[in-house]
Amino acid sequence: MEFFERFAIPHPSLPIYIAMVSIGLTVIGILAGLTYFKKWGYLWREWLTTVDHKKIGIMYLLSALVMLFRGGVDAIMMRAQLAVPDNVLLDSQHYNEIFTTHGIVMILFMAMPFIMFFMNFVVPLQIGARDVAFPRLNALSFWLFFMGAMLFNISFVIGGSPDAGWTSYFPLAGNEFSKSVGTNYYMIAIQIAGIGTLMTGINFITTILKMRAPGMTLMKMPMFTWSSLIASAIIVFAFPVLTVALAMGTMDRLFGTNFFTLDNGGMDMLWANIFWVWGHPEVYILILPAFGIFSEIISTFARRNLYGYKSMVGSMVIISLLSFIVWAHHFFTMGQGALTNSIFSVTTMAIAVPTGVKIFNWILTLRKGKITVPTPMLYSLLFIPLFTLGGVTGVMLAMSAADYQYHNTMFLVAHFHNVIIPGVVYAMLAGFTYYWPKLFGFMLNERIGKWTAWLMSIGFILAFIPMYITGLDGQARRMYTYSESTGFGPLNMVSFGGAAIMGISFVLIVYNIYYSFRYASRDISSDPWNARTLEWATHTPVPEYNFAIIPEVKSEEAFWDAKKKGHVLFKGEYEKIHMPNNSGLPFILSCIFFVWGFSLVFSLWIPVIITTIGIFVCMTVRSFEKDHGRYISVKEIEETESELRGA
Amino acid sequence: MKLKLALFTIILSAITVLAGCEPLLVLDPKGPQAERLASDILLSMGIMVGIVIVVLVLLVMTLVKYRASKQADDYEPPHIEGNIWVEAVMIGIPILIVAYLSFVSVQSNYIVESAPKGYEDKEPLVVYASSSNWKWHFSYPEEGIETVNYLYIPTDRALEFKLYSHGPITSFWIPQLGGQKYAMNDHVTTLHLAADVAGDYMGRNANFSGAGFAENIFDVTAMSQEEFDEWVEEVKETADPITEDKFEELLEPGHLGRMTFTGTHLEFNSPPEGHHNHGSADHEDHEESEEADSHSSDQETDHSNH
Repeated sequence: MEFFERFAIPHPSLPIYIAMVSIGLTVIGILAGLTYFKKWGYLWREWLTTVDHKKIGIMYLLSALVMLFRGGVDAIMMRAQLAVPDNVLLDSQHYNEIFTTHGIVMILFMAMPFIMFFMNFVVPLQIGARDVAFPRLNALSFWLFFMGAMLFNISFVIGGSPDAGWTSYFPLAGNEFSKSVGTNYYMIAIQIAGIGTLMTGINFITTILKMRAPGMTLMKMPMFTWSSLIASAIIVFAFPVLTVALAMGTMDRLFGTNFFTLDNGGMDMLWANIFWVWGHPEVYILILPAFGIFSEIISTFARRNLYGYKSMVGSMVIISLLSFIVWAHHFFTMGQGALTNSIFSVTTMAIAVPTGVKIFNWILTLRKGKITVPTPMLYSLLFIPLFTLGGVTGVMLAMSAADYQYHNTMFLVAHFHNVIIPGVVYAMLAGFTYYWPKLFGFMLNERIGKWTAWLMSIGFILAFIPMYITGLDGQARRMYTYSESTGFGPLNMVSFGGAAIMGISFVLIVYNIYYSFRYASRDISSDPWNARTLEWATHTPVPEYNFAIIPEVKSEEAFWDAKKKGHVLFKGEYEKIHMPNNSGLPFILSCIFFVWGFSLVFSLWIPVIITTIGIFVCMTVRSFEKDHGRYISVKEIEETESELRGA
Repeated sequence: MKLKLALFTIILSAITVLAGCEPLLVLDPKGPQAERLASDILLSMGIMVGIVIVVLVLLVMTLVKYRASKQADDYEPPHIEGNIWVEAVMIGIPILIVAYLSFVSVQSNYIVESAPKGYEDKEPLVVYASSSNWKWHFSYPEEGIETVNYLYIPTDRALEFKLYSHGPITSFWIPQLGGQKYAMNDHVTTLHLAADVAGDYMGRNANFSGAGFAENIFDVTAMSQEEFDEWVEEVKETADPITEDKFEELLEPGHLGRMTFTGTHLEFNSPPEGHHNHGSADHEDHEESEEADSHSSDQETDHSNH
């Protein structure tokens, strides 16, 4: 019995038992369904072993939507707990676990895979490539991310969730103050997912630099591809820092090292510094591709080329450089002294300049355009003012002395949600609606889509603007409750109302998918939005090889100019196409990683040793494997093409 | 300048109305440091509201003017690469704004990191504020007294808080007197504050530190120097001395009400001052045993009182 006690959750309650049972039933249901409908083979052949960037993209998208639901439920529980003073809906321990997992799930397991979905699905199509540079590595990236996310998510039913905040500051996150295995989950699950992300970064830098269609020079790349390239570069520089930080944290917790402990020379400030050296660039990994998506959408629906292409690229490069020299603004109050704070204050404020350039460029793109406002454009137009509000409060926070009053308060919470929701989440929803027809061959319903966008914006304003005010009134973040005498009650109730409205808008997204799946017309062209870039130049659904003939590019807006100026994109005859083979190895390796991680969390050393050997065996097998891919014959291409053209 | 002032008044009153007519703590300063920060906040808020309005107006105007329904069917939007002058303006103006705010920000940094203005002539009152899960211990070394979870301070005199933590990182914050600063385990940070006005203020730990974080608050009472001196005298006459055992007991995780002691824990549990006390464990042990010896007699008398 003693062996099994470690798996018990430290603070059980009815909702957690319900969650346990429902997770168990869902798993049994899925397994039974797969067996009953004889879908195991299909699942293995088409999804688990796939190396196709489009299918991997779709799997990222599904994971992100599931995680959005998980993080959203966390958020609503938090707002419900704070809606009235002295509430007893959640106790302190539950609340702490919930805000911790909300932060990690939303940033690392929702926003990141959503961005990865766009990069995977869009970038190869936008540059006229047939896949990414390392397709199998790409599959491994996804499965490592997926297994990391799953490992993290089982924490709340097995062993207990992390409860030291998503920043997991030591010594609070050390063994002395966080005794449950929750923080082990944090260290190891994020580590596994992070390795996957690092490989994605390498993969996309290579893809974008080496696999562009002939004629597409760097300065003719679509803006989303540019943003992906820069985000990938940030990933490659920032994620190793996280890897090191998590490894040190893991060693402190499992092997008795003293990097961040109270005694024996541990330094509590070290974690905060390393964490944010990764953590700040991380938010630009999210926001730059989001900017890229907005650039594509705004230019498409303004019927105009993007204004100031060069300054758009330049500003992203500058943002990416600055993102590495601002980390100390996350803890101006640590006592570094006036000089250090002044330097970081100025570098932080400097980011406002390139960001401002982007905002004005988008507005100037609209100028002299012919603006229509379907759902993706509606999100983009709501993004501009709401994100500006978040941006300027960022400048306020950057004033380091004044930050002594904002730090750790709801003002800060309001600020970063105000940039992440209108910035990243709106970009994701806009891009999701925009690319949906390319993915699945039908459009999402416009009416429901617009309702969603407006409800989300109203909900957003009601949920987060009050936080600016309570923050200035002294409401610290991460408090599970407050007394009535503080006077925070009414505004927190408004905030809860806003969160509930945002919850409704999420339900509407799901309903929209269902509704459109049933009723939407399947008779749409391959270019339903009259768009400008290459991803719309191929068929819908996109054939496995993307383009039967690799396009030739002459301008920034290759597809638009093909339509308007008669540039010829596809020249020449069909030739046989070289494609990579599917492989089960990435999935198997990631499963082993999952068991390895789980065993480490609970310090089960024998399984740790066995799985470590397994990991190396998999890598060895891969190293000695001879797999030169396969060819799609000209005949097959002709058949596919005529079928798709006919459809 | 008049325009700016008017703008501030509007924003301030708008916020006040929204918050139920009570002035927000941070914007209701009672000391010179908090005043400086509040004026910085209002200044930046004013400029930022201006920027948001400009962006909003530009956006709405463009949308209204160039919407498709207003244009001829055959209108074909032109291809525009960009214009060096337009782009120079949209880089230049933000740079000017940021430069101005940077100037203010840097100035404020040096102000909040030094003794409060106007109080330079008087010796500051030094208070060691240390946190443990989930309490605050205030030691007045000069007065030789110690309190838990409440802080009495004289008005019109600079206060110098020496902050450190017996556990996780915490953040010492009295919004109406000034900004917050971290209290950490392996070194002491200094926070300069002062109170102009007598009164009761809210103080708290602002940095998440575990299960008892929400209730990790303390009461601050500012009073005249005379009243403060009287209080110190009273404490010395009535309170029990703090002992090492008693202090160890206080450090146990949990919540305590207000407590008062004579003597300070600094005598036997020294703060991590100067350089990091890495690798100096031997030296510390030695010191502690000496301290314990010299205080053993006090402890004995303490016991006999019970």
